[in-house]
Amino acid sequence: MDLFGKTVTQLRDLIKNKKVSSTEVWDYFAKRSKKYNKDLNVFLAMPEMEPDAEKGELSGIPLAVKDNFCTKGVKTTASSHVLENFIPPYESTVTLKLKKAGSRLLGKTNMDAWAHGSSTETSDFGPTKNPWDTMRTPGGSSGGSTAAVAAYLAPAAIGSETAGSIRQPASWCGVVGLKPTYGRVSRYGVIAMGSSFDCPGPITQSVEDAALLLQRITGKDPYDATSSDVPVPNYTFEMKKKRKFTIGVPKEYMKDLDPEVEKKVREAISEFEKMGHTVKEVSLLDPKYSISVYTILQRAEVSSNLGRYDGVRFGTNRDIFGKEAKKRIMLGTYALSVGYYDAYYKKAQQIKTLIIKDLKRVFSEVDLIMAAPTPTTAIKLGEFEKYAFFGETMDKLNEAAAVAGTPAISIPCGLDSNGLPVGLQIMGNYFDEGTILSAAHQFEKETNFFDVIKIGREKYRD
Amino acid sequence: MKNNKYTPVIGLEIHVELKTKSKMFCQCDADYFGKEPNTNTCPVCLGLPGALPVPNRKAIEWTIKIGQALNCTINKSSKFDRKHYFYSDLPKAYQISQYDQPIAVNGELRIDNYELENSKKYRITRVHLEEDTGKLTHSGVDSLVDFNRSSVPLVEIVTEPDFDNSEDVKKFLEELHTIIKYLDLSDANMEEGSMRIEPNISLSIITDKKERMKNLPKYKVEVKNINSFNFAKRAIDFELKRQAKILDDGKTPDQETRGYDEDKGITYSQRSKEDAMDYRYFPEPDIPTITFTEKQIEEIRKTIPELPRQKMQRYIDDYKLKSDDAFILTRSVETASYFEKVISNLIKNESDLNIGKQSIEQAVANVIVNKRIPTSGTVKKFIKAFKVMFKKITVDFTELDKVIAAVISNNPKQIEQYKAGKAGILGFFIGQIMKEMKGQAEPQEVKKKLEEKF
Repeated sequence: MDLFGKTVTQLRDLIKNKKVSSTEVWDYFAKRSKKYNKDLNVFLAMPEMEPDAEKGELSGIPLAVKDNFCTKGVKTTASSHVLENFIPPYESTVTLKLKKAGSRLLGKTNMDAWAHGSSTETSDFGPTKNPWDTMRTPGGSSGGSTAAVAAYLAPAAIGSETAGSIRQPASWCGVVGLKPTYGRVSRYGVIAMGSSFDCPGPITQSVEDAALLLQRITGKDPYDATSSDVPVPNYTFEMKKKRKFTIGVPKEYMKDLDPEVEKKVREAISEFEKMGHTVKEVSLLDPKYSISVYTILQRAEVSSNLGRYDGVRFGTNRDIFGKEAKKRIMLGTYALSVGYYDAYYKKAQQIKTLIIKDLKRVFSEVDLIMAAPTPTTAIKLGEFEKYAFFGETMDKLNEAAAVAGTPAISIPCGLDSNGLPVGLQIMGNYFDEGTILSAAHQFEKETNFFDVIKIGREKYRD
Repeated sequence: MKNNKYTPVIGLEIHVELKTKSKMFCQCDADYFGKEPNTNTCPVCLGLPGALPVPNRKAIEWTIKIGQALNCTINKSSKFDRKHYFYSDLPKAYQISQYDQPIAVNGELRIDNYELENSKKYRITRVHLEEDTGKLTHSGVDSLVDFNRSSVPLVEIVTEPDFDNSEDVKKFLEELHTIIKYLDLSDANMEEGSMRIEPNISLSIITDKKERMKNLPKYKVEVKNINSFNFAKRAIDFELKRQAKILDDGKTPDQETRGYDEDKGITYSQRSKEDAMDYRYFPEPDIPTITFTEKQIEEIRKTIPELPRQKMQRYIDDYKLKSDDAFILTRSVETASYFEKVISNLIKNESDLNIGKQSIEQAVANVIVNKRIPTSGTVKKFIKAFKVMFKKITVDFTELDKVIAAVISNNPKQIEQYKAGKAGILGFFIGQIMKEMKGQAEPQEVKKKLEEKF
């Protein structure tokens, strides 16, 4: 049977109905991954043999997992030489839950080292290439995971966001990327970047798959004190509800965009209007505030989180930290130093509160907020060097949700004149992933914008 | 030490390891003592990539309890912070501690006289909770690190610089140690390091206390990790002399951290002010703010047992004990509870005992304090011995006269000695007679009778 392009949901049903064996599925993806990895540099580690798997809803489903999730017995580097030889003695909660649901680890995907970046180019193991155009970056930091899904090396992948690291590469690779509410998914075993922002999430070819995977990885975790005990709804059920929504479009988020990106995003939003949803313009704090707040808080946390890699227990020497990590450690250390704490860290926390208030205010008027996930489509490899705060600029439209901890998704909404995918970002209120999934699913079913995914993977058909 | 020129200004930091079942932020055993190195660890207390701390609720409640026992205000909302420094026994390169919202603040502890108005009050600045570090051992060129202790809950108690002599410091520490033992939440074992003391010491030229507190000396010397009350006293006394000498020379002692050499009885410089660390505190993002309601705090308060000073007061007021005896009895919760068990049992047959005018409680207290009957045995054994010791005597005078006559006639040699002037021999006769009477006679009475006979 031709498995090409099958979603997780479809593969699951095929396996369940014995139309295909899980070994066939494993071999299919293992072969493809090996074949295309040379060109795309997606995987850092791949198991040699088909791993044993438990029985569950995801029985036989191979998944690609970003290399910052600790996987017991499988090398986990966060794409840094510092952790080159680190084989975790324990499993992250997310990957443990997926394992228990029956899925198999297909491989660990490349990322920006320590998740510092938005192009997967700060990886110490070379950049991942964008499957749409291998001269371009897939975005990042979950670029390996989004590229794996875009080229169909894996039917779905797990990524993580601190601010935009799922949504931005999902948009540049033309796939679905969901960042859940902070605390909705456990961070235990995810190598920390910005602890108060980090958020694991699914990267998929369909909204249905996003709902399916989210269901499996979500929930209160006794190993993560910041994980939430808000009850978890049935996401597939919520997704299928055909509700009509009030959608807010923040005018501050529609400026300074690449004109083609703006056009596609506006077209997509007007599709929603045609589908019977109400669209209205709203006003949010200028994203530039999110950039400053996010940068300071994240750098502070980075400088603290990376302290343990002092060469005593991990790696051989702190010199092997890459340039980006060093810059972040220095800035964060500075921001936390005596005499500067109040001016930077504390101030940023205060503005964070304002951003939360601002989003809550708008969500009292609308169900969802729509905007672009990133101002441009995928840029050329190496181009990021031109920007002083490349990631922060590329992710400025993602940062409010990251800072506030609200959920958001990026879904495909067309191609630009270079044939590169454009994404649409749908933001929701706290713990309201169900509403986001419902809107995204309606768009997926009632328009043909999701054809982008098919187009993207086509050149990787064997 | 007090000399005319300077008044000591001493404050204390005391670390107490809690004996919770599990560690502060993970489920490893908090009891690490004597275990093979690095066998009592997990991803969390090893600070492995991706591991996250989950606070131990019991440890937080126990810290509240300590705060309450020290008359502190309990913060309804407190948080953990990261304290950064690099050291090989600190796996995350930061210690999870509490910075500006500790669990308890503004307490006091009293020593000396049990009456409130006559006691000495020492102010407690704060009580906070943190995690212990691993342990380094140096052998030759190697340094070995053991993470078994890493993340064991550690309570830090900080006092105001209210002390002006080392004797009070010692008394304060002993009182605090007793309270901790009463609360039954730490072994508070000095030798095993589950209670550690860091005094900070300086000298002031201001004699008026109020003025002195307002204008503290411009330097202070902290002496690290002392593990005995006597060492604390000696270290302070040494420091006071050392600093006085420097001041006498017209100089100011350096602000620094010093160690204490137990063998030589001296302190030595470890780290100067120039190396002072910037800990870059910031709120621990992995742990949400901890909040307690008034009701929850009061529920915890109800679990606090009667504390040594209250117990002492009760012994004096209700049992009419001498305050010295009450003090000694309440020094250890075991002794106090032994005492209480004994008296609750004896009170029933008080009338059968020959204790004179004193209270039964005072009689028991006397026996325990003077170690006339060991308290190492069971309460039952003690009571038996006590009853024998204080048995009411019923004297059979006819029998007594018979016995006296018999003893005299059986020991002519001793009578000769007595008559020759050896008065001490009388004791021999009394002993013999008491033995024959099986204790059922008053020795004084016997003595009188013998003297009459001779």
